[in-house]
Amino acid sequence: MMSSSQKRAEYRLLFKQNVSGRLIVDKIMMGIVFGCVIAAVIPLGSILLEVFKNGISAISIEFLTQVPGAIGSGEGGIGPAIQGTLIIIGMSSIIGVPIGVMSGIFLAEFGDNRLGRTVRFFNDVFMEFPSIVLGIFAFLVIVLVLGHFSLWAGAFALSLIMFPIVARTTEESLKMVPMTYREAGIALGLKKWVITFRIVLSAAKSGMITGILLSVGRIGGETAPLIMTVLGSSQFFSGVDSPMDALPLRIWRMSLLPYDSAQMQGWGAALVLIIIILAINITVRYYFAKKSKKGKILSKLMGMRKK
Amino acid sequence: MSKQIPFSKRRLPTDKLFKIGAMVAGSYVLVIIVLIVFQLSSESYPIWQREGLAFLTGSDWNAVEGRESFGAAPYILGTLVTASLAMIIGVPLSIGIAMFISQAPKYLSGPLSILIELLAAVPSIIYGLWGIFVFRQIMLDWVEYPLYGIFGDNVWIFSSAPFGLDIFSASVILAIMIIPTISAVSREIMIAVPQQQKEAAYMLGATKWEMFRLAVFPYAKTGLIGAAILGLGRAVGETMAVTMLIGNATGPSAFPQSLFQPGQTMSSIIANEFIEASPASLHLPALVGVGLILLLVAICINVVAHILVSRMLKVREGAINA
Repeated sequence: MMSSSQKRAEYRLLFKQNVSGRLIVDKIMMGIVFGCVIAAVIPLGSILLEVFKNGISAISIEFLTQVPGAIGSGEGGIGPAIQGTLIIIGMSSIIGVPIGVMSGIFLAEFGDNRLGRTVRFFNDVFMEFPSIVLGIFAFLVIVLVLGHFSLWAGAFALSLIMFPIVARTTEESLKMVPMTYREAGIALGLKKWVITFRIVLSAAKSGMITGILLSVGRIGGETAPLIMTVLGSSQFFSGVDSPMDALPLRIWRMSLLPYDSAQMQGWGAALVLIIIILAINITVRYYFAKKSKKGKILSKLMGMRKK
Repeated sequence: MSKQIPFSKRRLPTDKLFKIGAMVAGSYVLVIIVLIVFQLSSESYPIWQREGLAFLTGSDWNAVEGRESFGAAPYILGTLVTASLAMIIGVPLSIGIAMFISQAPKYLSGPLSILIELLAAVPSIIYGLWGIFVFRQIMLDWVEYPLYGIFGDNVWIFSSAPFGLDIFSASVILAIMIIPTISAVSREIMIAVPQQQKEAAYMLGATKWEMFRLAVFPYAKTGLIGAAILGLGRAVGETMAVTMLIGNATGPSAFPQSLFQPGQTMSSIIANEFIEASPASLHLPALVGVGLILLLVAICINVVAHILVSRMLKVREGAINA
């Protein structure tokens, strides 16, 4: 059936109208979508800018090393808070990393059964537990039983945040070690634990270190569980059985004081904290940008939990 | 003549021990979850015994000895209201971001997704600090006063005079904080949609947006809902930024009546009052009880979210292998 040239022109016109309308909708939607990205990046930019702008004037050697001065005096510094944050990170890692790594080994090497699937599922769910609940738990089982606030309680609470992240990243990096490595070990007549610890773990080292660093970045900024465990203090370290200060706690305390000088010190402490955490995060991301496969899994895990 | 094997050479069942050790470490998480639920239940038992279900529905909150009365309803409601507002703001933004990143060329999507994920790396306490000193003023000047001026007299949710430390500010901060979670998972899920589906849509002459509408959204629906629920789980448990921005009302006045009114969430009342609560009184059991409710809500949300998300991502693995 031949259509007249007139009819063809009509079809062409209809087609054009149809397409141009849809293209306009497409452009509008793409604009909205791009707007979403901008809307999310602006707060990040504003936070970084304000923290640097307001924090930089507070930073000095005394500020980084001294104990806090009298309330509102604007003197003193955040020495104990920095020390406390580092000690708490160290202690949480001592508890959390071995458990996390062993748990990751279990998931990767023996996890292909019912127990493994259950553990993996609840591990993921546990990663999303509100951290303040973990703080209450640490308070009930340690602080209330021993009768005083302590570093141990805080480190225990933070290790609970840490180990599921370490476990899942360890599992993912162990699964990426080729089967042939393990077979080579078996061919040498090695025992399974020797193969796992000597061959598989060392091949998966970089992935595991990333997971550990990620979890350190996560717990370094945690505040809620510390309120009810290490409590805060204005003195330097005096034993694992006593209260201790930490950067997030110090920021909280300072920001609630009605003095300009204290607020400025709060911004200073925030600058120190954000430098530590962004340094860890950017290092990890840069390091893993090259190994995109691992990076993808890790970045998926990263987005998943906070405070 | 039987040879004595020296003890050091006798083979210990090391592999068995290794396997048992790994299983114990793996099961640690299950033990901890059970312990947490048990501890919180037993420590909050006095409050359930005294208040019963009224603890869930009451609104009085008085820790003064002799006149103790605890009702968590305003805080439960406050949590639900802030979290759902955060979802209303955050979910469309996150899905837009995920759409952009899943489509953008590599040189753009890489840095952008890192930027978005840095939002997740910023500690909650710094969101709070930025919130009370910077964001509060912006909200007041640009959003709350205009809204109050236009709708204040007629629409009840905009009724009380804006103060900046209120339910609305806390919800917007929460929305910003859950964007990285939802957008990261949504992007994973959009990438998991089989390439053939997308190509088929393009073959039919679809534009990019139509491709999303025809091929990606219907296929990824469950997964995207799962991603949003994951964000909800995060929003429910979020503590510090909310505590600093929500205004911290207690008792009946904490009922979320309008957006511009101070409120309180379950996590913020715990953060505010936990240290002052004496273990001897009912105050501590009441706060632990609030923690228990929070925990149960969070567990339910997260279990649902993980089932939805993992089902969707499993489909992808199947598609790749096929």
